[in-house]
Amino acid sequence: MTVSASTPPKIDRPLNVIVATDCGSTTTKAILIEKVGDEYRQTYRGEAPTTVEAPFEDVTRGVLNAIAEIEELSGRKILDGDKIITPCRDDKTGVDIYISTSSAGGGLQMMVTGVVQNMTGESAQRAALGAGAIVIDVLAANDGRLPHEKIERIRSMRPDMILMSGGTDGGAVTHVVEMAEYIAAAEPRPRFGVTYKLPLIYAGNKEAQPQVRTILENKSALVVTENIRPVLERENLAPARNKIHDLFLEHVMQQAPGYKKLIDMTGAPIMPTPAAVGLIMEAIAKREHLNLIGVDIGGATTDVFSVFDGVFNRTVSANLGMSYSVSNVLAEAGLANIMRWVPLTIDEQTLRNRIKNKMIRPTTIPQTLDELQIEQAIAREALRLALIHHKSLATGLKGVQQERTISDVFEQQTSGKTLIDMLKLDLIVGSGGILSHAPRRIQSMLMMVDAYEPTGCTRLSVDSIFMMPHLGVLSTINEQAATDVFVRDCMIYLGTCVAPIGQGKDGELCADYEMTWPDGKTMKEQLKFGELRLFPLESGAQATIKFQPAKGVNMGAGAGVAVTREVQGGVVGLLLDGRGRPLLLPADQPGRVAALTKWFDAVRLYPTVK
Amino acid sequence: MAHSYTPGLTVTDHTVVHRRRMLPLPGTLLVQVGDRVRSDQVVAQAALPGKVFPINLANQLSVAPSEINDYLIKKAGDAVAIDEILAENKPLIKWFKTEIRSPVAGTIESVSSVTGQVLLREPPRLLQLLAYLDGTIIETIPQQDVVVETTCSLVQGIFGIGGETSGEIVMVVKAPDEPLTPGHLTPAMKGKVVIGGSFLSADAMTQAKAVGVAGLVVGGIHDEDLRALLGYDLGVAITGTEQVGFTLILTEGFGTIPMAAKTFKLLSAHAGRKASISGATQIRAGVIRPEIIIPQGDGQARRAAQPQREGIRRGDPVRIIRDPMFGRIGEVSALPPELMKIPTESEVRVLEVTLSDGSTVVVPRTNIEVIEGAWAT
Repeated sequence: MTVSASTPPKIDRPLNVIVATDCGSTTTKAILIEKVGDEYRQTYRGEAPTTVEAPFEDVTRGVLNAIAEIEELSGRKILDGDKIITPCRDDKTGVDIYISTSSAGGGLQMMVTGVVQNMTGESAQRAALGAGAIVIDVLAANDGRLPHEKIERIRSMRPDMILMSGGTDGGAVTHVVEMAEYIAAAEPRPRFGVTYKLPLIYAGNKEAQPQVRTILENKSALVVTENIRPVLERENLAPARNKIHDLFLEHVMQQAPGYKKLIDMTGAPIMPTPAAVGLIMEAIAKREHLNLIGVDIGGATTDVFSVFDGVFNRTVSANLGMSYSVSNVLAEAGLANIMRWVPLTIDEQTLRNRIKNKMIRPTTIPQTLDELQIEQAIAREALRLALIHHKSLATGLKGVQQERTISDVFEQQTSGKTLIDMLKLDLIVGSGGILSHAPRRIQSMLMMVDAYEPTGCTRLSVDSIFMMPHLGVLSTINEQAATDVFVRDCMIYLGTCVAPIGQGKDGELCADYEMTWPDGKTMKEQLKFGELRLFPLESGAQATIKFQPAKGVNMGAGAGVAVTREVQGGVVGLLLDGRGRPLLLPADQPGRVAALTKWFDAVRLYPTVK
Repeated sequence: MAHSYTPGLTVTDHTVVHRRRMLPLPGTLLVQVGDRVRSDQVVAQAALPGKVFPINLANQLSVAPSEINDYLIKKAGDAVAIDEILAENKPLIKWFKTEIRSPVAGTIESVSSVTGQVLLREPPRLLQLLAYLDGTIIETIPQQDVVVETTCSLVQGIFGIGGETSGEIVMVVKAPDEPLTPGHLTPAMKGKVVIGGSFLSADAMTQAKAVGVAGLVVGGIHDEDLRALLGYDLGVAITGTEQVGFTLILTEGFGTIPMAAKTFKLLSAHAGRKASISGATQIRAGVIRPEIIIPQGDGQARRAAQPQREGIRRGDPVRIIRDPMFGRIGEVSALPPELMKIPTESEVRVLEVTLSDGSTVVVPRTNIEVIEGAWAT
C-alpha cells in the first residue's frame, strides 16, 4: 500500500477476517483476527524466521511462511502461491485485509540535530522516538563537541534519516544554518544503498528554510516541514512525525530487501513496530483515562512508553535487550546489580561466560531453573535502566519561563522536570518475550515490580502473546477490531501491587490494613517491613483495601495518612509489598540470598527444587 | 507447523564461496570479470573525502558574517597550504592587523556569509580494497563492487574479533581438548594462522601479540580475558574493526570448550596451506560469522553439491549451545513432535541427542545448532 503513512486509507468494505504480521529482526509473527458474532477475536497465530538476509533477501518469504502456519492451523486458505487472497471469497478462503508492521533490518535509525541540546535537541529526539525510530545521536550547537568532531560523527554514522530542528520561528538563524553546513560538509551516506540520497527533514526555524534549502537540497532528499518548537513554550511534533513515517515508507523501506513487494501486499501503510505499539498504548490511556507506563523488552532494544496526564512519550534504549544486547545490560548495570536479584551463588567468571554465550547464540532459552533466574535477574536490570533513560527524556519542556509566587520560595523547581510520577501511575503494561512468555505470570509481575518499584496502588498487565504491534496498525483502519482484540485476547491483567513508601527494619510495622473481598468478607492484618504477600483476586474482581500506614510511611496521601482504595484482580492477584521504597536489598551475600529466597517462596515464584 | 530450523555453523571441506568486496562510496574498479586475483591484490579503490575543518572567520576577525568576503584572500575552491593566510583585516595601524592562517593543507570547500564560516577540506585519502581471497572475479558493478569466487574449505566460527588477514595454517596442539599455551607460540609463528584446542589464556594472547601471529583459532576464551584484551566490556556482538595485534576466532564459545572434532580434523588436514580469515562478527540483523577460508589450489570453481537444508533430521550432528551441557556434541536421535515441559516449566519443542559416550539427553530445539557441511560424509 503506497499511500501516505500519515493519512491511513478509508476502507469501506466490511473487514471480517484480518491477517496481520510484525516483521521483527529475527521472527515474523502473524495473527489471524476474525469477527465472531459481534466482536473481533484473535484466533490463530503463526511465526517464521524473518528473511531479510541472505540467502532469501526478501522479507515476504518470512511473511508467507508465517501465514502458511496460520493456514495449517486454521484450515483457512489464505495464500494463492505468493499472493494473499483478498478479499474473502467464502467462509474458508481469503482474508479481507492484510496489514503489517516492521522493525526488521535494525528498525528505523535516525540522527537528530538541534541548536540547544536540552531544548530543540530534545524536542527533535522526542519527535523521532515518537515516530518509532532509534535515535543514534543528537547533535547540537552546545553538545560540547568541536565542529570537526561533529562533522566526523555525521560522516561515520550511517542513519536512515536525519531530522534537523533548531530555533524558534523568527529567532536567530545562524546556528541552524551552521548545522546545515556541517551536514553538507559531512556528505552523510545512508545505511542501505550506495547511490540514493539520504532523506533529511528540516523542522526548525522557518526563517532559515531558504538557506537550509540552498545548502542541503542537492546533497540530500530534503523535506521541509513545520517547526517542531515554533515557540519555546510549545512543541509541535506531529508534522515532523508524519514526515518521518512518510519518508520511512518512501525511502528507507524501499531499500530493504523485499519491501517493495510487501508494500504492495498490504492494505494499509506499513508502520515501524514501535510506532504501532505506541499507538495502542496511547489509545488505552486515553480510553480509560489512565496514567500508564508500557514496556516492550526485546532481544536488542527496550522500548518504554508513558502517558501521564495525556502526554505521550516514548524512548528506546537501543542496546538494552535480552539476547543480542544481553551483554550490554551487564556492561551498563554492572555485575553486582544483576547478582542482587539472583537467589544463588555463582562465580563471576562462569556468569560472565554464560552471558556472553547468550549474546553469541541469542535464540537459546534457559533450560534449568538457575538459568531462568539469571535471565530474569538481567531482565530486571534492563527494565530498570530503560526506565531511568525514559524518565530523563519524558520531561516537561525545558527553557520555559515559569511564573513563581511567594509560595514557591521553598519549592524551587526547574523547568523540564520528569513527567513520570510513580504515585500517579495507574497501570504498567509489559510486553516482549521475557514478560509475555515467563513460565509463571507472577514472574512477569515481580520482574516489573522489582525493576520499576511502583508506589501506592498500581495495576500490572502483560501482552499475552505479543500482538500489540499488529493491533496498533489495525487501530488506524478499524478501531473497533483493535479494541475488541486488545481487551479480550491481548491484555492479561496480572493484578495490583500495593507498595507503601518508606523504610524500616525487617519485622517492624509497615501498615495496618483491612481488606474487603468481593464476597463481602473482611480481613484485618498487619503488613511488616521485609514482607511480600500475595492474595488471589481473580481477573475482573475488585477488593477494597483500607491502609493505615505506620508513622513515616506514605501511601500517597502523606506520611501516616490512611488511604482507602479499590484494587483490581488479575491472573496473579493482589501483591502487598512491604519491602520498602526505595527497595533496598541486603548488601551481604548470605543476607541477600536469604531475603530473595523468602520473597520468592512467599509468592511461589519458582517451582520447588526437589 | 512450518519446520523449525536452527541455523548452524558451516564446517565443510569443499564448497564455493562468493565474497562481495564493496567500496564505501563510488570509486574505480581495477579488475574485470574473469580475472584471477590473490588475497592481497587491490581490486578497487576510492578517494575518501578528506577531513573538514570549519573556521569561523567572522568571529576571529570580529566582523559581521556578511562582510567576510571582503577580508578573504582565498576564495571557495582554492587550494591552501598549511599556515597560509586565508583572510586578514586591513587596519589603519599595522600593529592591529589580524591574519587568519589555515590549520591544514587542502582546499576551501565553502564560505558562508550567513554564519561567517569557512570550511577547509584536507586532500582525499586513497582507500584500497583487497581481494581478501585467492579466487576469480565473477561479477562487477561499475564504481561500486566486485564479487570474488573461490572453491575452498570453509570453517565458520561463532565469534571473533579483528579484521581480515591471511596466513599459513599451523597446528600447535595435538588434540581438540588441549589448551593453547604461551609455550606453543614461538617466533616461527609470525604471520601464521595458529590453531589451538579448547582454550586460549590471557598469557597466550600476550605471547601471540609479541610473536606477531596473524590469527588464532580456538574453542573458547574467558570473557574476562576478552575484556582485558579489548580494554572494555563488549556490549553487543558487532566486531571486526578491533586492533589487538591479531585476528581471533572462537569456534565454540566462551569458557573452556574443546573444539568440535570435525572442525579440528578439517583444519589439521590443511596444515601448511594458506587461509584467509576474518574475525568480523555481527549477531544482529544480517548475521555475519567469523570465517576461515582455505582456497583450493586449482583455482577453478567447482560447484559443490550443497543439499538444501529442510530442518533438523535424525542423525544430524549437533552442538548443544546452552547450559547445563553447553559445548557437548552429539547426534539427533529423536524429534518428538509434542511440546514438553522442561525444568523451568516452559513448554517447548525438544529433541533427543545421543552424546559420544552413548548417553542421551533431551534439550529444547532452540538450544542446539546443526554442525553443517559435508566433511564427515
